[in-house]
Amino acid sequence: MAELSAPFPPGGYPVVVIGSGPGAIQVSYSLRRLGVEHAVISADPSPGGMFRRWPFLQRLLSWTKPHAPVERGTRAYERYDWNSLLGEEPATRALQPGLMDGSSYFPSRAEMEANLVAFVDRAGLAIRYNCRWTGTSRESGPDGDRFAIETTDGIYRCGTMVVAVGVAEAHTPPGPGMELTHHYADVRPVETYAGRRVFIVGKQNSGFELATGLLPWARQIVLASPSQARLSVETRSLVGVRARYVQPYEDHVLGGGVTVLDAAIDRIEQGSGGELVAHLRRTDGGADLVIEVDDVIAATGFVTPLVDLPALGVTTFGASLLPAQTPWWESVSVPGIFFAGTIGQGAKGLRKYGIPANSGAVHGARYNARVLATHLARTRFEIEPERPIIAPEAVASFMANELAESPELFHQRGYLAHVLTADSSGGLRDDGIQPLAHVLDSEGPDAIVTSLEADGSGAIFPVIYSRLGGRVVERAIEPDPLLRFDTTDTRMAIADLASRIAAG
Amino acid sequence: MLRRAAGAVNTGRLPRRARVWHHASMVGREELVDAIAGFTLFADLTDPQLAGIVHTFEEAVFAEGERVLRQGLTGSGFYVVLDGEAAVVIDGTERARLARGDFFGEVSIVLGESPIADVVALRPLRCLVLAGPRVEGFLIDHPRVMYRMLQVQARRLRAANRWRS
Repeated sequence: MAELSAPFPPGGYPVVVIGSGPGAIQVSYSLRRLGVEHAVISADPSPGGMFRRWPFLQRLLSWTKPHAPVERGTRAYERYDWNSLLGEEPATRALQPGLMDGSSYFPSRAEMEANLVAFVDRAGLAIRYNCRWTGTSRESGPDGDRFAIETTDGIYRCGTMVVAVGVAEAHTPPGPGMELTHHYADVRPVETYAGRRVFIVGKQNSGFELATGLLPWARQIVLASPSQARLSVETRSLVGVRARYVQPYEDHVLGGGVTVLDAAIDRIEQGSGGELVAHLRRTDGGADLVIEVDDVIAATGFVTPLVDLPALGVTTFGASLLPAQTPWWESVSVPGIFFAGTIGQGAKGLRKYGIPANSGAVHGARYNARVLATHLARTRFEIEPERPIIAPEAVASFMANELAESPELFHQRGYLAHVLTADSSGGLRDDGIQPLAHVLDSEGPDAIVTSLEADGSGAIFPVIYSRLGGRVVERAIEPDPLLRFDTTDTRMAIADLASRIAAG
Repeated sequence: MLRRAAGAVNTGRLPRRARVWHHASMVGREELVDAIAGFTLFADLTDPQLAGIVHTFEEAVFAEGERVLRQGLTGSGFYVVLDGEAAVVIDGTERARLARGDFFGEVSIVLGESPIADVVALRPLRCLVLAGPRVEGFLIDHPRVMYRMLQVQARRLRAANRWRS
């Protein structure tokens, strides 16, 4: 039974947010700032989401630099702090660096959890904990269709759902012998692998993270998956294995005992002596292989725990069963269901040059959540955010400064954009941060749209889009090696567009 | 610990009696390997190579009316249609339709230019996607796919020449 003092008892709410990880917390905070009434429910007993338990090695992949080129707590500092949530009040800003012990610029899991708990506490957010979402249906209400969300505490009714429950359900793929493996989520303490031969299925960050942790313990380590391992330092993006976990790869190429294979698994069998026998089919053209090991760990990822939403019609795709989403993080198949946090990866955006947004990490998802909250306020509750007019002669300076300082544009490159639209007064209205895919694919008045982008070469550069007479034109600005985005070229390109729009 | 499987050499497509599965396979993803095996583009590949493709490409879903390729914008990818239908639109005029097994986006990548057409989903569209910068390496690693792609381009060129003459 729920505590009587717990907030948000079952009943009707305009919006129900499900989850208590960083995505749900940020959405709730941003909705509250906008004055949108909502309830937040979570199956967990406290804030933190996946950070209450993972990563396995208890240290994050996302950095926070306590000492940065800009002052801590400023908007520009968010570029260097990937883990704090976004507050407006000073007491809620840049909380992560103050909770780190200085031993690493990657916070420990416990430090990250403390950061999220502190944000909820300082912001005074209310969350109904230990309230598990168990089912969903649609029903007709006095104001039209609404969702009925069944929980262990009772039924919640709302017109808008925001699902922020993480990509958190351990997934072991089907296959002959897979029952002989154990998942990343069920890995034992590392010392129990001392002297053992370990086969890790999967060559993404989780597989290499495990291998890194097992290097001092395991007698031999084999990692295999059908496609080649990619390294972030090679892709020059967050695609691929992060630098912190590359050590097993170096061990492999130097012949130290780790083996990295490109192979599909045919089957795993129990050997007569207690060993496990994995039969592999090489995908690189080599001969098939048989591996004898003591443990097989499935670093095969997680899927999205959507409960019964697929049965309700929510389309999913890909290995993580992510819901397919519009650029505004709404289900493409069931309007009214939105997603926040790492599930927001399902709104893929343009993925120019194959570089994804950082929506799967806190430093991307926190901005998505804030933009989503504004979108919900505007489109569902008629709460219009302020849209100040920028005089034509001030546009170049304003947009160049935004390119230089905006953490949204920096962290969500080629995904979130700053939009100015023509106003009948002759100036341009600041329409704020919006999904780039939405802006490019929607009709509307003349506009100037700026983003920061990358092309996999290592460069980060401004791109300025113009929408004049309904025609969209893209112009990339020459990259600056010192990552200055408010260059003369940038200002001249924006000023030119502003004058053309002003001239009508 | 590691040994070569007796008599097992990848010289061609392996028999289907032992289905190849793979680490990120999902309900339906093994079927994905079977599905793309039926595509002309991948018709010469072995089952392990097909599994590799399912892992190398990403899956993407587009809603009806959503743009997949955008005329004149940089950074696009190479797409293979798994399900659904899309229209090739140039300056607002539909020029062709694409369906299961068709592919698009490769011309602009090979030429290093922006697409000269929009590709728009006519109904929910599911594709495999390979990022533009990875296409050259993929084709060099899979010459039979490159040859199949060349055949399709040759047919398109022949059809265009017939239309002009």
